[in-house]
Amino acid sequence: MTMQVSKPMRVAIFGATSGIATAVARRYAESGARLVLVARDQASLTAAAADLEVRGAAEVEVQEADFARTADIPATVAAAWTRFDGLDLAVVAYGTLPDQQEMEAESAKAEQALVLNFLSPALLCGELAHRFEARKSGTLAVISSVAGDRGRKSNYVYGAAKGGLQRYLEGLRHRLFAAGVQVLDIRPGFVSTKMTAHLSQKGPLWASPDQVAADIVGAIQKRKEVLYTPWFWRWVMMGVRNAPGPLFHRTSL
Amino acid sequence: MTMWRQDYRSWGRTVSANHVVDRPENRDNATRALSESEFPVLAYGCGRSYGDVALNPGGRLIDCRSLDRFLAFNRATGVLTCEAGVRLADILAVICRPEADGSGWFLPVTPGTRFVTVGGAIANDVHGKNHHRFGTFGRHVLALELARSDGSRLVCSPEQNPDLFAATIGGLGLTGLILSATLQLRRVEGLAVEAEDIQFSSLSDFFDLAEASDRDWEYTAAWVDCLASGAHLGRGIYSRARHYPGKGVEPPGRNSRLSIPITSPIPATNSLSVRAFNALYWRKLGLNGQTSRIGSYEPVFYPLDAIGEWNRLYGPKGFYQFQCVVPHEQAREAVADMLRLIAQSGEGSMLVVLKTFGDLPSPGLLSFPRPGVTLALDFPERGTTTRKLLRLLEEVAVAAYGRLYPAKDSLMTPDAFRQGYPSFEQFQPMMDPRFSSAFAQRIGLIKGEAQL
Repeated sequence: MTMQVSKPMRVAIFGATSGIATAVARRYAESGARLVLVARDQASLTAAAADLEVRGAAEVEVQEADFARTADIPATVAAAWTRFDGLDLAVVAYGTLPDQQEMEAESAKAEQALVLNFLSPALLCGELAHRFEARKSGTLAVISSVAGDRGRKSNYVYGAAKGGLQRYLEGLRHRLFAAGVQVLDIRPGFVSTKMTAHLSQKGPLWASPDQVAADIVGAIQKRKEVLYTPWFWRWVMMGVRNAPGPLFHRTSL
Repeated sequence: MTMWRQDYRSWGRTVSANHVVDRPENRDNATRALSESEFPVLAYGCGRSYGDVALNPGGRLIDCRSLDRFLAFNRATGVLTCEAGVRLADILAVICRPEADGSGWFLPVTPGTRFVTVGGAIANDVHGKNHHRFGTFGRHVLALELARSDGSRLVCSPEQNPDLFAATIGGLGLTGLILSATLQLRRVEGLAVEAEDIQFSSLSDFFDLAEASDRDWEYTAAWVDCLASGAHLGRGIYSRARHYPGKGVEPPGRNSRLSIPITSPIPATNSLSVRAFNALYWRKLGLNGQTSRIGSYEPVFYPLDAIGEWNRLYGPKGFYQFQCVVPHEQAREAVADMLRLIAQSGEGSMLVVLKTFGDLPSPGLLSFPRPGVTLALDFPERGTTTRKLLRLLEEVAVAAYGRLYPAKDSLMTPDAFRQGYPSFEQFQPMMDPRFSSAFAQRIGLIKGEAQL
């Protein structure tokens, strides 16, 4: 048998300038991957591309996209897919953390949140799914949230969107099992990023994007289905999910 | 609503202060944060300065740790451009990887921890064990990008804005916000090092060893047993190292393997443990009094990085660092005096480091290193007795025409600063009027209550 030099991995990251996505992209860059970065802001994309090239990426392509415009999603996915003639891994990492009270007061705000945190990523995953399915290989890794595990008064609009995304991914996983495509549902807890910069980040529950990225890369390698990161959130959320109604309703979660 | 927080501290943890904190995601936002701030501002990085140079009580801190992008690296020339929040640990991990023959690009200068930002290394013009060969970190900065509170962004280098460049290197963050820097890395034939430890039994043996070693060894420093007195005064262990051609080593981890999770409620560094540590460490080399090894530079350069947040061992009151440099002519006498004062005081120190600085000029107006001998120590905060000792040490240093290191200082007097850093008069006009720090106010660099 001859030694085969493995080809660099082809990775697309949708929402590539988010805190967690940046940390994930750096890890793949350092292993010599080829990367397609998709995000809204061209200047941030260009800066990220230069950084990843220094870190060892074999090649970096950037692509602008506004994920709130759901009609554009098929074209966005088609363009990213063809950059390196197919993908081995797609990471879907965009989303917003909107203010619950504002969304209760204004339907338009709630609609934006539901579009960006559920509708848009669901449609995008759908576009990726049939491409991976046809190739009978690949990994779809999507960031949902522990907030999707139970509706709570402090952020149920966001929670409903992420919960919906979790169900959608569950269904895709069921469908793509036969094709051997991995569908990973990533459920981070509190992560110190620009999305959460307005919150007081004290206490042991907060994790760094780099810790979370390490977990994500590990879960992709191990072909996991659902990842709670950091690990203790699996048990925290099990408690939250199973708290009996009379008790749960008295909490301010 | 303005959120004041107390969790931005200095490494010595002797001061607690209220800050408003911004953590800009990119250089544009960082520049904007300066000009829009209603409070005086100061950059904050990894928080590894011991004293108060990185604190700005009642003001705004710009946490630079999200400015962590590499901008360009030329593999042929070793010229690296990166944002100011990139840490030396990241440069080692990403850039300083061994090639097939063991050679590679390396940091020309590194301090005793790799967990510092490039911006902080420039602002404190840090030095390492190879000062006698490579000078300070600032000597290897080709250019930097500086944001000022008037909204401008200036490129500073020895050619462009040279006055501002000289003020910003070692400028303690007071001339503006360093956004990015271009560094000249150094080519080494082997990333591994050959390291030796040698026992010496007196201060004069140290000076002999230093003279003999500085010629053939590019990294040198010594640990001193500060509790030894009389005939043993100044005994210790001399460490020297040099790159080992043809042997490469993988870079050390980006984070410490272990971490101290909580602040020890009482200092783990009491007089008993200091006594035990010094007694044991002195004997660590066994009967031969000498060891030699070839391998990673990590235990040689970064012994303390093995344990994250080791500063918590000093308990809730924290600890002081003291580092001074005295010219060669006065060094033997002044260092002996200082060691005698420490031994008499009973305020033991575990990490006493003695090193000779070389003649390479430091590029910054307020750079600390100058030709001579430098002595560094740390003391757990025990109140007036500790401060009294530090005041006495300062007096000896100043009388010997020496000066103290702002990056480590908490107690320097305005007089000691003025005598040690006569260039402060050229420095002051280069300061950004909206920048401030606890150190600058204490020492009187900023016109306020404590004027010069």
